[in-house]
Amino acid sequence: MTQDVPADAPPRVDERIAAVSWWRRLLVKPELGSLIGAVAVFAFFAAQSQVFRSLSGVANWLDVASTLGIMAVAVALLMIGGHFDLSAGVMTGTTALTVGIVAVELGQNIWVAIAVAGVLALAVGFVNGWLVTRTGLPSFIITLGTFLMLQGLNLGLTKLFTGTVQVRGLADAPGYHSAELLLASTITVFGQPFRVAVLWWVLVTVVASWVLLRTRFGNWVFATGGDEVASRNVGVPARRTTIALFMTTAGAAWLVGSITAVRLTSVQANTGTGQELIYIVAAVIGGCLLTGGFGSAIGAALGALIFGMTQQGIVYLNWDADWFYFFLGAMLLLAVLTNRLVRRYAEATRR
Amino acid sequence: MARPMRLLALALAAPLVLAACSTENSGGGTDSAAGGAATSDGDLDFAVVTHGSAGDAFWDVVQNGAEAAGEDLGVGVDYQSDGDPQRQSQLIEAAVNQDVDGIVVSMANPDALQDSITAAVDAGIPVVTINSGADRSAEFGAIGHVGQDETIAGIGAGQRLAADGAQNVLCVVHEAGNIGLEQRCAGASQGLGTDVRLLQVDINDLQSAQSTITSQLQSDDSIDAVLTLNSAVAPIAASAASDAGADVEIATFDLNGDVISAIQDGTVAFAVDQQQFEQGYLPIVMLQLYAENLNTVGGGQPVLTGPGIVDPSNVDAIADLAAEGTR
Repeated sequence: MTQDVPADAPPRVDERIAAVSWWRRLLVKPELGSLIGAVAVFAFFAAQSQVFRSLSGVANWLDVASTLGIMAVAVALLMIGGHFDLSAGVMTGTTALTVGIVAVELGQNIWVAIAVAGVLALAVGFVNGWLVTRTGLPSFIITLGTFLMLQGLNLGLTKLFTGTVQVRGLADAPGYHSAELLLASTITVFGQPFRVAVLWWVLVTVVASWVLLRTRFGNWVFATGGDEVASRNVGVPARRTTIALFMTTAGAAWLVGSITAVRLTSVQANTGTGQELIYIVAAVIGGCLLTGGFGSAIGAALGALIFGMTQQGIVYLNWDADWFYFFLGAMLLLAVLTNRLVRRYAEATRR
Repeated sequence: MARPMRLLALALAAPLVLAACSTENSGGGTDSAAGGAATSDGDLDFAVVTHGSAGDAFWDVVQNGAEAAGEDLGVGVDYQSDGDPQRQSQLIEAAVNQDVDGIVVSMANPDALQDSITAAVDAGIPVVTINSGADRSAEFGAIGHVGQDETIAGIGAGQRLAADGAQNVLCVVHEAGNIGLEQRCAGASQGLGTDVRLLQVDINDLQSAQSTITSQLQSDDSIDAVLTLNSAVAPIAASAASDAGADVEIATFDLNGDVISAIQDGTVAFAVDQQQFEQGYLPIVMLQLYAENLNTVGGGQPVLTGPGIVDPSNVDAIADLAAEGTR
């Protein structure tokens, strides 16, 4: 096999590797669109509202983006893996209510309550993933089922335990102060308190990005989402990967649910219902393709940032908030169209 | 490939153009922001943050009330709402950031709002709470509360039913475990002088609610009045009564178009109205009085907006007002 290559010959380039210019490589990055979008949205609101660009304003819209961002990043991983989780929104309510019921109604330490909620969430995530991989049914249908079931359980069990539609009084549960410190405190930077949830958001984004881009599991996620059969043929454990992704979403919902419960000290039975679509919107704005196999965690985090900035920016400009969903929809369409073009371009580049 | 490329460039350029536009606007934007800060001593700006979901007819009337007060008094009123308590608290924090001169908050979930309301009070911004949460209002440092006391409203309904000659009243609870509804029925018992009978139905399934009320009326012909606690349940109760062939008086809490026409044609006897327009209007007046004269209203006690009774004697006048979105 070894050939003698003359020392003065030009270096051999594999003809299968095409030279790709740096800006082309930049263009096919999934998060590019959302980065430009985030900068544009920030510039737009910052130019018109002094409060929006002030430290207190930044803390306010980062707060809105943070819990949404934690979920959007997890949902993005799942979407890259080729699946949806419609139960993700209501799961944040389920975990928050579990924390509340175990701590208040059953009188346990709040950390015990959080652990119980965690076990429960991971179990639901496992069942979601297991059903999807076992039956081969679209995850849309499976998780729609769990979504409805969890919604019913949230309402039914809350009423059963508390007699009303709220769990209240978490602040008096044993262990509350340490939980508050970790999940719901504020960190003062330049004299401005920021919610600790923002740090959790950054942490989740960094970890998810690292896993996705630097680990074998990350490769499996891309492979499973790109073409499940092909990936299985080359030895990717597609089932295990899918189940792990569903459990990741559930785990993120557990984190967000615990943050919500500890922060508000009271939880409504309808918490989180309807949020699952917002997570998907953030992931799509962040460059995830609905067909799987493409996307990024940082993009999803930026999608959540755009969402938070828009939601509070409209308030700071004293605009009629009734129009918020119009802007959100317009941004979604713009993002999807951009993504579509990017994908075509990326495929053309690959050829 | 050339065409997608051009489109791609366009799509990517669009946000940049948007940013460029906003930079152009920035001159005017900064001016108005600076102007707002400079005139904040003279002109008052109030924020109203409720838990009503967008498009809820009840809260539209509250919003109309707040905005009408803003116009009448020449003060700025910005209305925001979100049914999610965390979002509501973030909206309150946004209002604090904007350094408004007063905040009006509806307190369906006092625990969840405690932090942001006390933050507003600590920042020196007067707060008036509305609708529910009267018992926690003073504790959080609000200067007043405007709302309806459910027990007192229930007593009003019970007294009116007693005056109409009712003795065996069915009180239809449409949301299991809603403490406000239980208070209304308990108040009605108090006003009536004898216990009302509770019937549980589901507001999300009005058709089966109607069947349940029908069977209840069929099985017990001593019932002579039905009190519903939601304007959507009242017409259902009227249909149930005619299905069962029962001669009962129908009364309800809260108004809507159906209830108004039912009162006009006599199928519903009266409605207990909490006049939520006042829950929007009065707090703006209270905040202005406080800002300009340090007055408080109610002395720590809630200011009640109900019960107001709507019956054939005043329904025609109110129908016109309801069409204008103030009742």
